[in-house]
Amino acid sequence: MITAERKPLAEIIDSIDDCRRILLVGCNECVTVCSAGGRKEVAMLASALQMDFMKRGKTLDVREMTLERQCDPEYVEQLAPYIGQVDAVVSMACGCGVQEVAKRFRDKRVFPAVNTKFMGASEGPGIWAERCHGCGNCLLGLTGGICPIARCSKRLLNGPCGGSSHGKCEVSDEIDCVWQLIWDRLKELGQADRYEEIIEAKDWSTERAGGPRKIVREDLAQ
Amino acid sequence: MMTESVLEKVMKAGHIAVTGECGPPRGAMPEKVKEKAELLRGYVDAVNITDNQTAMVRMSSFAASMILKQIDMNPVLQMVCRDRNRLAMQADIIGAYSHGINTMLCLTGDHMKFGDHPMASGVFDLDSIQMIQMVRKMRDEGKFFGGAEIKGAPKMFIGAAANPFADPFELRVARLAKKVRAGADFIQTQCIFNVDKFEQWMKGVRERGLHKETYIMAGITPMKSVGAARYMRNKVPGMDVPSELVDRMAKTPKEKQAQEGIDICVETIKRVLDIEGVAGVHIMAIEWESAVPEIVERSGLYPRPQV
Repeated sequence: MITAERKPLAEIIDSIDDCRRILLVGCNECVTVCSAGGRKEVAMLASALQMDFMKRGKTLDVREMTLERQCDPEYVEQLAPYIGQVDAVVSMACGCGVQEVAKRFRDKRVFPAVNTKFMGASEGPGIWAERCHGCGNCLLGLTGGICPIARCSKRLLNGPCGGSSHGKCEVSDEIDCVWQLIWDRLKELGQADRYEEIIEAKDWSTERAGGPRKIVREDLAQ
Repeated sequence: MMTESVLEKVMKAGHIAVTGECGPPRGAMPEKVKEKAELLRGYVDAVNITDNQTAMVRMSSFAASMILKQIDMNPVLQMVCRDRNRLAMQADIIGAYSHGINTMLCLTGDHMKFGDHPMASGVFDLDSIQMIQMVRKMRDEGKFFGGAEIKGAPKMFIGAAANPFADPFELRVARLAKKVRAGADFIQTQCIFNVDKFEQWMKGVRERGLHKETYIMAGITPMKSVGAARYMRNKVPGMDVPSELVDRMAKTPKEKQAQEGIDICVETIKRVLDIEGVAGVHIMAIEWESAVPEIVERSGLYPRPQV
């Protein structure tokens, strides 16, 4: 999933300080799962904003909505009846959702209330970790199902640098050395020999280096 | 001979090679480069010029290498994957070779986090093994990495690093094998303090015959004080400084610690040169270049051969 973290309250307040009425929009997908921008977080942020405005002798009218998928125009359309009544939209979706709202309602300011972080998975209650970089040409088949692009601090494709120590990355002992993980996994699979196959220089044009990316499925596009 | 590299000539002739290291200054101070290099003159066959070592901005390795060429010394151009993509790397390799720089060391590079620009984006377009492949392709096939022909191919003697002390240990020989297969002509290892572990690694290297496919130079660093020893043991990723050595430094009176550090260094060189498959030593006397002449002389490596 796409993970996100709520921005500091002060930053959100700063962006909407001149507003009297806002539409606070959550998303029922990824940001709900990672507890950053679902229905519950929308309600909590609405209260916090209103309380702050009240303390400063101001008022803020907040309409709360949580869309099924904020990155989908079909659902974003549900905001249309309310958009005229507000000064701005505050989105708790990932950056995709924020931009979808901005695209649909061109005369309305949209502010992000979360920082979109990475594509990751849950490692336990309240912990998410990066897993995929979206490089556009998956090589997990070569690396025991563990991604060195997303999970090595130097995205090394041919083994651990000299800073791997006791299974940890030189950057932080909070980070596993992904090449230790890959090596352990290859051994478990009886494929330790595969480590010595040189992974050729990556063609980054399928990643962000090739410019903004788009998928067009001719069979589905109209 | 694949190249005009003096380092290659020394090792091909069967001599024990000696290289030193010079970290360029953090400012436009060409005289500093010359000062450091002059301390090494005559005692080493070539001098590694670091490339933004520990991710701190310094005079570029290319520029400092040229200063060495101007005073008729042999630089080893270090290049890290952190700061350059494959276009910039190839451009600098051609440029350096055009100025007579014919020996280089291909490195991953320390992470930005350790330097003075932790907010910088890391490039890591290639890893060090892919960089080695690229430099070899430029030399042996006369082609850019992208495939086009190079008119005037740079003939670099290609070096790589190896750290026998990092984890997982059992993978370290295999990683060397990958670098050799990619095209590493010589290897300079991480600083060796734990000679037993280095011997164990070299045994694995010999079992696979890798010492016959590449020249392995043992990395050596003199410790100036017990503080330096503790720092390297505790703070530097991938360093293995046995506690006996730290204790030995600690027991030495402060004013004699530098001499003790040199003694340890000379003992280490003598031990590693007894190991089959070691083709030379790479002395990294960081900010202590003045120690190198004594180390080289007492190790029986002076004078340097004329090739």
